[in-house]
Amino acid sequence: MRHFGVTRFLATLRRPEFRRGVADMAPASLGISAWGLVTGVAMVKGGLSVPLALLMTLTVFAGSAQLAALPLMTVNAPTWVVWATAFCVNLRFVVFSAQWRPFLVHLPRWQRVAFGYVAADLSYVIFMRRHPEPRRGSGQMAYFAGVTATSWLSWQVPSIAGILLVDSVPAHWGLGFAGVLALLGLSLSLLSDRGTALAAAIAAIAAIAAFALPFKLNIVVAIAAAVGLGLLIDNGDAPGRRAGEAG
Amino acid sequence: MSAADALITIAGLAAITVLTRSFFLFSNRDFVLPVWIQRGLRFAPLAALTAVVVPEILMSQGHLIDTWKDPRLAAAVVAAAWYGWRRGILGTILSGMAVFLALRLGLGW
Repeated sequence: MRHFGVTRFLATLRRPEFRRGVADMAPASLGISAWGLVTGVAMVKGGLSVPLALLMTLTVFAGSAQLAALPLMTVNAPTWVVWATAFCVNLRFVVFSAQWRPFLVHLPRWQRVAFGYVAADLSYVIFMRRHPEPRRGSGQMAYFAGVTATSWLSWQVPSIAGILLVDSVPAHWGLGFAGVLALLGLSLSLLSDRGTALAAAIAAIAAIAAFALPFKLNIVVAIAAAVGLGLLIDNGDAPGRRAGEAG
Repeated sequence: MSAADALITIAGLAAITVLTRSFFLFSNRDFVLPVWIQRGLRFAPLAALTAVVVPEILMSQGHLIDTWKDPRLAAAVVAAAWYGWRRGILGTILSGMAVFLALRLGLGW
């Protein structure tokens, strides 16, 4: 526990690189906040009780996976379909984690895993912009702490506000659609070339054509079609070079 | 879904977050995913998102919508246009919701 002692924690807060991380993350935090609010509202509108919604935001901490899982949970899709969908939506993080490894490899395992857990899309993008190469002693870990702490707070506070305040908004406004728009923006941010455009078109057609399948299996069909396409075409720009904008 | 089912689902989702975000951070030894797996998976995130989003915009009660007087259509078009113009998620949500709420509450679509 000595690494996370109170003295050490306070010392980190005073590091210039910590403050720099906070400052660099601040402009993006407005977008994260709006998305967190939307997700908080969507969780309760999707039928989760307030305690379960709070548990979800505080443990899952992955907006796109939460928003993708919610409509499936609402229609009682089988748990494995919900998990498979969330796993696929989160696959980009697997790629990011390989990029994080050289920066974190000097830490003990549980700290590496904890640091990986708090590092979402925007933290990755902003950190790598300032620190493209791993270098010990350059305040990188303090910067990392500043970026991820800002990202965590600007997600969790509005998300919890959305969960607690949702009943003050009439249901017929349909505010849950904001969650769909957030996912739409994230999907568009992943479109980078003809390959990705083709994959999106195939996934969209497959998801609609197979919609009558039970258990939301149309999503599994769409993913399978896109995996087939990925294996077939060979103009590979590496995944993960297309870091999405949102967290 | 029952509260117990939801609890299990949420616990699994949390585990998936840890597993994916820290996938290459668990091991003390270096390793890489085989290239063919990386190739197969490169479109999976986009496909999963698209497969969730598109039916939410284009379908109701299991069928493609048959009227253009659906606030979701105009909202999605405006939101996508905003994204193409400014590349910001916040503006995408706000512009789309402005259209959505104007049509739904203003015109009663």
